[in-house]
Amino acid sequence: MSLAQQGRRVVLAGLLLLGGVYVRALAFTPAQKIFYLHVPAAVTTELAVILVGLAGVFFLFLKDPRLDRFAEASAEVGTVFAGIVLTTGPIWGKPIWGTWWTWDARLTSTLFLFFLLISYHLLRGAVTDAGLRARYGAVLGICAVVLVGFIHLSVYLFPTLHPQPIVLRPGKPGLPPEMLVTLLLSFGVFLVLYVGFVMQRYAIALRREAASHG
Amino acid sequence: MRELLGQAWTVARKDLVLEFRTRTALLSAVVFTALVLTVFNFGRDPTAVATIDLAPSILWVTFTFAAMLALNRAFQLELENGALEGLLVSPLSRHSLYLGKVLANLGFVGVVEAVGLPLFVLFFNVPVGQVLLPLIGVIALATVGFVSVGTLFSAMVVRTRFAELMLPVLLLPFLLLPLTYAVQATARLLAGRPLSEVSGWLKLLAAYDLVFIAVALLLFPHTVDE
Repeated sequence: MSLAQQGRRVVLAGLLLLGGVYVRALAFTPAQKIFYLHVPAAVTTELAVILVGLAGVFFLFLKDPRLDRFAEASAEVGTVFAGIVLTTGPIWGKPIWGTWWTWDARLTSTLFLFFLLISYHLLRGAVTDAGLRARYGAVLGICAVVLVGFIHLSVYLFPTLHPQPIVLRPGKPGLPPEMLVTLLLSFGVFLVLYVGFVMQRYAIALRREAASHG
Repeated sequence: MRELLGQAWTVARKDLVLEFRTRTALLSAVVFTALVLTVFNFGRDPTAVATIDLAPSILWVTFTFAAMLALNRAFQLELENGALEGLLVSPLSRHSLYLGKVLANLGFVGVVEAVGLPLFVLFFNVPVGQVLLPLIGVIALATVGFVSVGTLFSAMVVRTRFAELMLPVLLLPFLLLPLTYAVQATARLLAGRPLSEVSGWLKLLAAYDLVFIAVALLLFPHTVDE
């Protein structure tokens, strides 16, 4: 079975599991619904960006093309997940806050991340030489991770409308346990989806390389 | 260390001498800055928004654009006659090449800002008398941040298609953060707030500068090597 087919199966399994999470969310847990898409998608986006940066660091040392293909795939999947965050957020925000968008630090930082990922793809698209493209991608990926760290620091300095982090919050009452379980399940499902998408995107990168060499 | 800085100074001096002898790029950048400031004057309704509320944004958007112009030409210069290859095969270390380019860009942007700031004060009638020194400090810190990342990216984009367009697209997400810090600091300074309210933003700017100079120093060799 090819990598692309395996990836498709993983994604299919992920989507079925996501259905399962929503059965649980709608039937057994109070209120929150879009929460189980929005929050895991946001966390997975960050994870994807961090992995792009890590892959970049290792690529610059090892010069292994697999790392570059992975970084490219991870960045693209991260872009899609950031898109999910930026669409589900306003859908929730309009009825709850009364506005689609506000220039709040958390919202802006997600937009930042989205722009960073887009510019990563634009840079890759603008370099013709494959070796150079991989190196530039690695450099930009590493810079992006450093910037994301700075953005996280800064987010706490601005007043915010966005709900504060609710899971990793020492000493304060967090989510009700049944919601926490649903959220954690949803995280797991998004990880499965991430892996599935990255596998498919990696397979595309392989085919493109084969096509350009052949 | 001394050798590193000496080599960096050689590169910077070469660029600056070239710049001050031809003067075309520098003059264009200065005129551009003056024009942007003028455009801002017409791009607002003076009866609706007080100048002092807009002033920090005007100053920083102008300086960001000016920095971008300067950075775009930093390595473009070296493309002619394969000058970049010449630099790379010379016994310069990559780190001193980067630092030299940073110094030259700082000089270039510094001159533009030195003309831009008085124009800004004049055009928008901003009271800077009391806070001139801290304001210059904010400008210096933010400019170092702009230039440290910008020089790294500028070395990358010269070998891409649409280099002039690619640099702003890559760089703006990175400039937005120091820009935010600088605007916050400038707004407080211009409003006559105590310096203690500004120091936090200055520290953030300094941290940004240090981190990105370090990261760029480490990454720069990978952007120019063949």
